[in-house]
Amino acid sequence: MIDWPILSIITFLPLAGAAFIFFFTRAEAAIAAQNARMVAMFTTLVTLGFAFYLWAAFEPDNAGFQFVEKAEWLGSGISYHMGVDGISVLFVVLTAFLMPMCILASWHSITERVREYMIAFLVLETLMVGVFCALDMVLFYLFFEGGLIPMFIIIGVWGGQRRVYATFKFFLYTLLGSVLMLVAMLAMYWQAGTTDITVLLDYDFSPELQTWAWLAFFASFAVKMPMWPVHTWLPDAHVEAPTAGSVILAGILLKMGGYGFLRFSLPMFPLASVEFAPLVMALSVVAIIYTSLVALAQEDIKKLIAYSSVAHMGFVTMGIFTFNQQGIDGAIVQMLSHGLVSGALFLCVGVVYDRMHTREIAAYGGLVNRMPLYAAAFMVFTLANVGLPGTSGFVGEFLTLLGAFAANTLVAILATTGVVLSAAYALFLYRRVVFGALEKPDLLDITDLDRREIIILAPLVAGVIFFGFYPMPLLEITDASVAALVADHAASIAAHASPAP
Amino acid sequence: MTFPFDLSASLGIVKPELVLAMGSMVLLVTGAFFGGARQSAISRGTVALMIVVAALVLTGSKEPAVAFGGSFVVNGFTVFAKVLILAASAVAILMSDRYMERTRAARFEFPVLVALATLGMMMMVSANDLIALYVGLELQSLSLYVLASFSRDSLRSTEAGLKYFVLGALASCLLLYGMSLVYGFSGTLSFDALKGVAATGASNIGFLVGLVFMLAGFAFKVSAVPFHMWTPDVYEGAPTPVTAFFAAAPKVAAIALLTRVLFDAFGAASDSWRQVITFISMASMLLGAFAAIGQTNIKRLMAYSSIANMGFALVGLAAGSEQGVEGLLIYLVIYLAMTAGIFACILAMRRREGHVEDIDDLAGLAKAQPVYAFALTALLFSYAGIPPLAGFFGKFYVFSAAVEQGMWVLAVVGVLASVVGAFYYVRIVMLMINGEPRQSFVRPMDVELRVIAFAATAFTLFFVLMPAPLLDAASAAAAALVN
Repeated sequence: MIDWPILSIITFLPLAGAAFIFFFTRAEAAIAAQNARMVAMFTTLVTLGFAFYLWAAFEPDNAGFQFVEKAEWLGSGISYHMGVDGISVLFVVLTAFLMPMCILASWHSITERVREYMIAFLVLETLMVGVFCALDMVLFYLFFEGGLIPMFIIIGVWGGQRRVYATFKFFLYTLLGSVLMLVAMLAMYWQAGTTDITVLLDYDFSPELQTWAWLAFFASFAVKMPMWPVHTWLPDAHVEAPTAGSVILAGILLKMGGYGFLRFSLPMFPLASVEFAPLVMALSVVAIIYTSLVALAQEDIKKLIAYSSVAHMGFVTMGIFTFNQQGIDGAIVQMLSHGLVSGALFLCVGVVYDRMHTREIAAYGGLVNRMPLYAAAFMVFTLANVGLPGTSGFVGEFLTLLGAFAANTLVAILATTGVVLSAAYALFLYRRVVFGALEKPDLLDITDLDRREIIILAPLVAGVIFFGFYPMPLLEITDASVAALVADHAASIAAHASPAP
Repeated sequence: MTFPFDLSASLGIVKPELVLAMGSMVLLVTGAFFGGARQSAISRGTVALMIVVAALVLTGSKEPAVAFGGSFVVNGFTVFAKVLILAASAVAILMSDRYMERTRAARFEFPVLVALATLGMMMMVSANDLIALYVGLELQSLSLYVLASFSRDSLRSTEAGLKYFVLGALASCLLLYGMSLVYGFSGTLSFDALKGVAATGASNIGFLVGLVFMLAGFAFKVSAVPFHMWTPDVYEGAPTPVTAFFAAAPKVAAIALLTRVLFDAFGAASDSWRQVITFISMASMLLGAFAAIGQTNIKRLMAYSSIANMGFALVGLAAGSEQGVEGLLIYLVIYLAMTAGIFACILAMRRREGHVEDIDDLAGLAKAQPVYAFALTALLFSYAGIPPLAGFFGKFYVFSAAVEQGMWVLAVVGVLASVVGAFYYVRIVMLMINGEPRQSFVRPMDVELRVIAFAATAFTLFFVLMPAPLLDAASAAAAALVN
């Protein structure tokens, strides 16, 4: 174990970097911008170093919370309480891992208000890491909701043509879901006398409260996830956000919904979770099939990937609500893999967008002739998106489907059709953009990946393939905590089904 | 001459009020003899006076004490409210000087009137019988009527003052009528005696009707729906520093008075008044949120915003518990800080040809004046209640109290209204980021405004790090009231 506050360091180091940029990079515009980039890059890399150290120091056999920190904060049962377990630790690593790439991806494409941009991203990193580390509901809510401000600014300032509309939609949808969760949290607080998550995990809430609280939390997480039918903010936000904003949105922010289900809904409201599982399953299947079909019809590359994200998140919710080890393990791996893959796909879109300034599928075609490296990288991510064996996408999808078959065969069969559909839209996209004859005159002198872009994409390619062949490093970490979660869940259901005589 | 109470002890208890009363009269005379049209010297004197009075309030005993035969009370709650009121008034005076000089409305009566209104508010907060309450309320109200029409050459300002006066007089009538009913059915004016009557005769219909009339009068002073109609017109018409004053100190005083009356005099009838407060709270939150969406004038927008904010504060009162009062006090402090900051920003909306008040004038400011835009953005997000900014904690504590009492509907309506409210606050942020830039404001900002805006922004940003002092103070004040 480590006796220094590693989680607080990982969480607040980016904030310190942001403060540094705010106070110390006042110079002539161009120099200030370059300094801001360097500081941001350095901060995120150091944070990543700490995150890797966290991963290495994590004890996989321990199902409880590790690296726990606790301090006085608001008093009366509300404290500053941080800690990670097998479910959350990898999300911390994922966040820290994607961040340097986002900074690097914005190196040349963001030329206006660079300092503010870097500050917004670093603040956002603090809030995202905080979400996964918080062991107090109020603290969790603070980070969860606070992320809206930097994201609002990132899309609102550096977004595309319709950014105002997209920003409001994103902001209001998410806020509306979250405030209901706040009311449920207050209700739980007055029931249990504390907002400490470790205490609440063992607290036995009455069935009635469970139902209402579950619905309130569901309102928040379903929007964040996003689940059909409240997913409509996502395509708009993705299309308008700058590349790095899309990466963070797809890579991390969407995972907060799934993480929330695993941290709150399942263990704290086990009865309500079982009660509402059919609803979640139905919505998941609709998301998988319907949004896959919608994705097939898209003309905009980013929109297509956005819809495919909704479909993939359908697998996650389905896996979580199977309540068995495979399903939940699969959901976590699916989220981690999707974090890498969708982030990478958005980076790939960013690469061609930086050159051509359009995201229309029809504007491309035959890129393989001029951009072989790009075509290869894009191919890996497309196949991972499809869930081809040998890529990380396969592991998650396979495990969730395995879990689903054990829980509900019909759901599993319907969801499996989604795998086929995902192949359809992903390969269709790939064919239209990369293959074919190079006919468009604008594309004739397009250049292949430069060194910066290779540095961004190479770790992602490596990660996607490595975890596709050998997912054990991930599963090993999650196993103990997920097993404990599944056992606790089964025990509370059993306790309720046969009350003590 | 003999008194039915210990005069010297009583005078000791009201020392801060005495000093303020004497001080403002001295300032008035000084102004009349030497001041002429110059406001600033008298202003500075008034601010110094208020600091002295606040120090007296703070250093005075916080042990519950009554003066003048039980018509005036001091305890932890009144001390808390008075310090807030004095701070808000002093800030309002500080912000006003240069504005008044520029608009050629500078007159030494301005700070003196604010000081007298403040005296009235301190009386209101400490009143322990209905007559003392009414005297304090009228001293405050009459000063405010004059202040609203302070730019006497401006048609809008005069109209605002007249409107406020007519409607305010009507509200005072309602209050007085309610008080007479309460007196008629209970036979007493003292809060302490009313407490006993409420415990036994709470079901007496005449007594309750009187209470409802009183609540109507108070709701007017708080500008809660359905007695809010004067607010947008008065806010828009009054000179901006006066609006800044209206949005802060009188609101705190009225809410503190309402809390004291309801807890100290009518505590036993809480089942009855909680229904009324719940309704006006919900109505204020909803109306404030929806009506603000269509506004184009920033002062009018702030009027609706303050209606909504009073609705949120009343959520704490509607809970009718110690937690509720604590939440209410936390809410008020945070509201005051944000309001001071935002009005400092509004007062800085000045071009060479004069002050402007259209929301559209803020367009594109993020580029032209990034620091100003940053401060305003932080304040607006805080108003919207987004964590980790201070505004979130205000809402958190009042809703927490409502949920504790099982008032689900109120809590859910409240958080939904806060989402609607968030829309119009962040719309201004969006306008500053993406609007077509106009001619920028005169720079630099006046030093007073800069200091106030900076302090308020720092407070909203960093409250999350050091919440304990405010939470402890509010909790002690709430305990002093309820026990």
